[in-house]
Amino acid sequence: MGTLKLPLLALALGACTGWAQSPTYGLGKNPSADEIRAWDISIGPEGKELPPGRGTAAEGAKLFLTKGCGGCHGPTGIGARAPALVKGGPERGQPIPPGMEGMHMSPDTGIMALRSPYAVTIWDYINRGMPLFKEGTLKPDEVYALTAFLLAKNDVIKEGEVMDEKSLPKVKMPNVNGFSDAPPWKHGQKRLAGYQ
Amino acid sequence: MDSKKPGRRRFLKGGAAAAGVAMGAGKIVAADATANDMAYSKKDLIAYGERSHYVTSIREPVPGRMSPDAFGLVFHVTTPLQDSVGIITPSSLHYVATHRGSFVPDIDPKQHRFMIHGMVDRPLVFSMDDLKRMPYVTRVHFLECLGNRSGSKAKTVQDTHGLTSCSEWTGVLLSTLLKECGVQAGASWMVAEGAEEVKGASSIPLAKGLDDCLVAYAQNGEALRPQQGFPLRLIVPGFEGIYQTKYLRRIKIVDRFYMTYNDYGHINPDPKVTALTVQWGPKSVITFPSGGQQLSGPGFYDISGLAWSGGGAVKRVEISTDGGKKWQDAELRTPAYRMAHTRFGLNWKWDGKECTLMSRCTDDLGQVQPTVAEAGKFFGDQPEKARVRGTDNSIQPWIVAADGSVRNGHA
Repeated sequence: MGTLKLPLLALALGACTGWAQSPTYGLGKNPSADEIRAWDISIGPEGKELPPGRGTAAEGAKLFLTKGCGGCHGPTGIGARAPALVKGGPERGQPIPPGMEGMHMSPDTGIMALRSPYAVTIWDYINRGMPLFKEGTLKPDEVYALTAFLLAKNDVIKEGEVMDEKSLPKVKMPNVNGFSDAPPWKHGQKRLAGYQ
Repeated sequence: MDSKKPGRRRFLKGGAAAAGVAMGAGKIVAADATANDMAYSKKDLIAYGERSHYVTSIREPVPGRMSPDAFGLVFHVTTPLQDSVGIITPSSLHYVATHRGSFVPDIDPKQHRFMIHGMVDRPLVFSMDDLKRMPYVTRVHFLECLGNRSGSKAKTVQDTHGLTSCSEWTGVLLSTLLKECGVQAGASWMVAEGAEEVKGASSIPLAKGLDDCLVAYAQNGEALRPQQGFPLRLIVPGFEGIYQTKYLRRIKIVDRFYMTYNDYGHINPDPKVTALTVQWGPKSVITFPSGGQQLSGPGFYDISGLAWSGGGAVKRVEISTDGGKKWQDAELRTPAYRMAHTRFGLNWKWDGKECTLMSRCTDDLGQVQPTVAEAGKFFGDQPEKARVRGTDNSIQPWIVAADGSVRNGHA
């Protein structure tokens, strides 16, 4: 493995030595901080890893059509084969409007921009998983714009609000308390105390 | 494994050896076993063998969502458990589940890299060659999808339980790799990510990663199958299927739950329900006789089934042949590995009357598999309106009708 180069990222995180042990096998390579940055698309709820960039709902509305999103989700973001992204669909148990049979009609509680506990999660989802068959091709500005578009269409932010790496994590999501984190775990733990 | 008892299989084996000798009424004729190499290709005979063309057991798209779907993507595909024997699912019949429907990525193992970074002293990138030089372990573990739920519409055990399978996995313990990297104090979660098109990622408790998670490159004696994550996947024993990250390319050590791609939509507002969604409870199902099968008449049958638990090893399996009034211990016919399918059986004489068969698993944590009514009771459900929260590990009833047909007791 040669000399041990501690990357900047590890230094920045603070070189605590809690469970640290010296390597036994000497296999694997130390990635550079740049290499880690290029791979690391994980973005936590606080948005610390968000890349610089900006976008507005108006820019997102254009991208929604030019990037092909409307082809699967419908030009207005609802009533097509892929999951509905904009509120206004029939509530659970309500009839599907005529001509919309087989289309994805989600109650508002199923819309990502209303359901997601953090705005950052929407950014992360689009960045990883969209557009279908062209995943990972959107630039950060485009992802900010599309996220702004979905948030504005669902009245979570105002139409003109700029979404960037600072403002996006601060967006107050309506369902912020609608998810529990998975519980901590330890060896030999039952699923749930008191449960069968 | 059942060599101690004069079981049905041994008897049949003896019978086959004595083929041609008349037994009881009717003439017994030995099967014609003339060579018929034409039925098999040269590739098949020499390079990589196929099963007999008389064996037709196959996987099927999960009921309710076809595969390929409208976008040409494969969603969930079920294992034919009604035909299963022993505890290892043939790799080619292992269930498949994908987050939103997926193509199988074509990954060159020479190019594949796996990185561990985040709150570690030494981030490391491993090639497949690096990983194969590390000390490895081989372990038998089941996998099971959250979508594995029984219900009134299901006909067969493939419909009710086909989203679980069990394999022998080989790879490096994640704890070995994390030791190489030096996990920092304050770290509590990890985010595991695949290399497929959506880079599917899940938040996993770091304690689990340090306990028994496996960075696996082999399944049932050969490389992972492409649909199972070739060339590398994470095995998180006993946890729900979505955590078993395929095409593993990265693990980031972090200090909080990350609410990433696979987490969103997977967990629940109620922490109790979320807890029931992560680690599988004790579970079992009778695979013979099961829905859609036909008994030829009263007499001897060997009831057979699978039991498993996400919490540890199967300790005990009980069988009821009267709808849950009386229970008797089944025999464990295989070793009970931790977080692995375990085959159980019970010799049974059917009297020809309608009856309901059930099995119940207890694991080595003392957790007991509930009926649907018992599962709902914890949440205050009335018995007739009871439902199972989180992953479904409820008892599956099969009704054997007087004509020998078997149907789903939930129908």
